[in-house]
Amino acid sequence: MTITQISVFLENKAGRLWEAAEALKNAGINIRALSLADTSDFGVLRLIVDRPDEAFDALRQKGFSTARTEVLAVEVPDRPGGLADLLRLLTGEKINVEYVYAFAGKKEGNAVVVLRVEEPGQTASVLQRSSSTILTADDIARL
Amino acid sequence: MPDRREELEKAGRREIEKLQLDRLRSSLGRAARSPFYRELFASNSFRPGDLVSLSDLGRLPFTVKQDLRDSYPDRMLACPPREVVRMHSSSGTTGTATVVYHTAGDIDRWTGLVVRCLVMAGATADDVFQNMMGYGFFTGGLGLHYGAERLGMMVIPAGGGNTHRQIELFRDFGTTVIHVTPSYALHVSDVFREMGLGPEDFKIKKIIFGAEPYSEGTRSKLEEAYRAQAFNCYGLSEMNGPGVAFECRRSEGMHVWEDSYIVEIIDPASGEALPAGETGEVVFTTLTREAMPLIRYRTRDLAKIYPETACPCGRNFTRISRITGRSDDMLIVKGINLFPSQIEHVLMKTPGVGTNYLIVLDRFENLDRLTVRVEIAPGAFHGDAEEMRRLQALIKHSLREEIMVQAEVELLEPGALPPSQGKAKRVLDKRDV
Repeated sequence: MTITQISVFLENKAGRLWEAAEALKNAGINIRALSLADTSDFGVLRLIVDRPDEAFDALRQKGFSTARTEVLAVEVPDRPGGLADLLRLLTGEKINVEYVYAFAGKKEGNAVVVLRVEEPGQTASVLQRSSSTILTADDIARL
Repeated sequence: MPDRREELEKAGRREIEKLQLDRLRSSLGRAARSPFYRELFASNSFRPGDLVSLSDLGRLPFTVKQDLRDSYPDRMLACPPREVVRMHSSSGTTGTATVVYHTAGDIDRWTGLVVRCLVMAGATADDVFQNMMGYGFFTGGLGLHYGAERLGMMVIPAGGGNTHRQIELFRDFGTTVIHVTPSYALHVSDVFREMGLGPEDFKIKKIIFGAEPYSEGTRSKLEEAYRAQAFNCYGLSEMNGPGVAFECRRSEGMHVWEDSYIVEIIDPASGEALPAGETGEVVFTTLTREAMPLIRYRTRDLAKIYPETACPCGRNFTRISRITGRSDDMLIVKGINLFPSQIEHVLMKTPGVGTNYLIVLDRFENLDRLTVRVEIAPGAFHGDAEEMRRLQALIKHSLREEIMVQAEVELLEPGALPPSQGKAKRVLDKRDV
């Protein structure tokens, strides 16, 4: 039920983020969502893209320290409380969220929340029981 | 030969050299009691009794830092262990420490030399002495402490750091003499200025600078900031510590206490003696140390000897210039000696670290800053930012353990640093002190 997020280690150097974006552009990769975890010394770029395997190879080839990370992409209603309801559910089940980011979905009235959790399988079943829609890799590719 | 300090300090060259020869003979005899020098003399077919003139010293090979490491812990000890009252140690490259032992007599004579230095600076029992150097294995703190007490000054054993407290002590106890590294003195002056204070708020009249090289420009800046006279103090733990050479009020070169040390300047490449006036590596021989005599010890410090020995101050002891560099790659950071190889040792034993790194030295708020920029190993990144932060923290911690200096650590992508061609440039020193 998980999708592949591409994670890139970026040192603190001017233009490095642009170079990563350029590598994706040249490979014809479309970015669905991104988040940048930043410290003063380095950053970790997290990407949801249409074709993760190709994105991974393209970044690797350009010398980027790149990794694949399994995350959950969940549709939530695009209205006040959409995220809060989802997190209340996870908190109730004592599921620890390592990080989260979101983007507006293409489906009218929906947003997509990307979740990184320790136990994706268990989290997926919790979400399914509450009849949330978990997006598949194909869903992301077709967005 | 008179024993009293004042008379000794006015001794002429002939008197000094006669005393040196006498003392060198007994020093070599004492050295021969240590396993290290016994073997060294034997393999050079040298007997201490063979020494006829001071120039015969040149027949003996140099002693180098590696000899001290190889002799760890006690192969250079030249007296019965029960006579030793103190040891000082410095962490060497890649973990092998060097040790210097002292008998009660050694500490007593070292203290005497420090007293001479303090008197040369014009200090008296009326002074209040704030010792802003580290205590412990580092000889800077304890060395001056003992001398200042013997002179009768009130000693404030402040140690390094804790800047606001230092400034409070200046004010509350009327400190008149401070002992400090130039870089820390700069930082302290920045802080008291920020607090709205100036030299008129203190009674500091003299500053004794040691432990790190600095420029003439910084000296003037500091003398102005504190409205005090600066005196340079030279020493190294192998030669006891501070108080080997000290500046008289002429402020041009430091007099070496030649009744206790023989100084030579050599070409670091060939080992040949250099004439006065030419810069080379400073070599010392101890003349009075009992626990651990060192013969022709190569300091790796670069300096020159001033050709004329007679000084307007009345002393005839040889003067050496300020230290202008090193003949090895040793770095002095916040007054602490360290070698790039120690940093490399830490990096290379840490999993997840690549093979390329760069040590960057600069100054931030007038304090030395050490930054280690290091590539992560290919494959070390698994998508987790937290893992990278842990790696960074681990390197920081291990460096602190190894080199005793707080370092900033920057993680770089594999291949970020220019690939090494031949001898890689590992150190970028941007400090301008």
